[in-house]
Amino acid sequence: MSERQQVLYLWATGSSLDSGTAGWAFHDGTDGAGPPLPDTEPPYPDGEAAMRDGWMLLQSAQLIPPAEGDEHRNSYLHYEFVFERRIRM
Amino acid sequence: MTERPTDPSRLAQSAARRYEYAMTAELLSTRQMARFVADGYLRFEALVPEELNELGLAEMRRLMVERGRPEGLDPPHTGTPLSQCYPPPSAIGDFLRLPAIAGIIESLVGPEPTFDHDWTHHIPAGSTTTQALHVDGITDSADPTFDIQLFWFPHDVAPGEGGTRFVPGSHLRRVYASGLDRYHHIAGEMQAHGPAGTVLVFHHGMWHAGQPNPGSGDRWMHKIRLNPTVPQARLWDLSDFDALQNPPSDHIFARTQGDSVAHVFRTWHPWMGITDYRNEQLQRARLWRYLTGDETYDVDHYLTRLEGRAGLVR
Repeated sequence: MSERQQVLYLWATGSSLDSGTAGWAFHDGTDGAGPPLPDTEPPYPDGEAAMRDGWMLLQSAQLIPPAEGDEHRNSYLHYEFVFERRIRM
Repeated sequence: MTERPTDPSRLAQSAARRYEYAMTAELLSTRQMARFVADGYLRFEALVPEELNELGLAEMRRLMVERGRPEGLDPPHTGTPLSQCYPPPSAIGDFLRLPAIAGIIESLVGPEPTFDHDWTHHIPAGSTTTQALHVDGITDSADPTFDIQLFWFPHDVAPGEGGTRFVPGSHLRRVYASGLDRYHHIAGEMQAHGPAGTVLVFHHGMWHAGQPNPGSGDRWMHKIRLNPTVPQARLWDLSDFDALQNPPSDHIFARTQGDSVAHVFRTWHPWMGITDYRNEQLQRARLWRYLTGDETYDVDHYLTRLEGRAGLVR
């Protein structure tokens, strides 16, 4: 028996795990053998809902103050949360 | 989708007819321009006549096959003035000279922009290829000038069947093209679809991606990028400008005009948090200052507040 990893990126609209979902990406190391994401868009309304579905938090975004002169220009999605599930195969 | 050979006589007749009214560009309204600033795109359903769609599809096929061949159909050189691009007989030229398309172009990048490049995008039926989310070109300059990209879909595109995916409101952000790869889905993203002749016009900074085509027909689209050659100020139909242009005091937490440019600039796309949203309002106001030449323009006091305090520093 071995373990395979599923990884879920959730980008939130705020810095908290219960902030609403802005974006997501799912990487499935089980090649479809493990459980899929819920069939909704977004799959989870926030990070807490993902935790309740068995996802373990690996990393949350650091809060980095904006560089002077760059405060008002948006770029990437700030609030990135990374989760994993380990699936026994 | 069946192959249709180009009929040169039909193309010439079509070109002659379209030249009769090519000089009457149908300019965008102030409201449409404000929507373009807030969303980064405009969509026109079934804008291109059916006959021209058929001819355009045939020319797109030719261009895809012949591009770069010594005797083949080639695109214009980069930098060619628009009026010299795709001279008759050409379906792509007829498309560019349609009054509605000429009006869109003139409103956004002026009457004589230059050709940057174009490309025919063909997604065969059943294709599972997914393009990563990206912006075209390199990281944007900090100034407010912009190019436009026209997307012409010459046949029906059903929802989910290969239409370009894009993220409304993403066009004013500063990113690297490859930095967007990891965003597989963004709340509120859209996928182009519509009846034959549907046209999308993008600000060049729009995040977008080609999509799989699970449908039974090939999906074709022609994309053309144009560069402005004049300041992009007040080039559209200004007949509704005075009614919609709000004063800089228009502030959601004080008094608002109601139906106004500021009202459009308060569009909150579902993937934006509060900081993104307010920064976008500020960036939209900056772009509107460039487009109108009104250096006092503001929405919700963000620029005016900062500028007023900055003036106090000795």
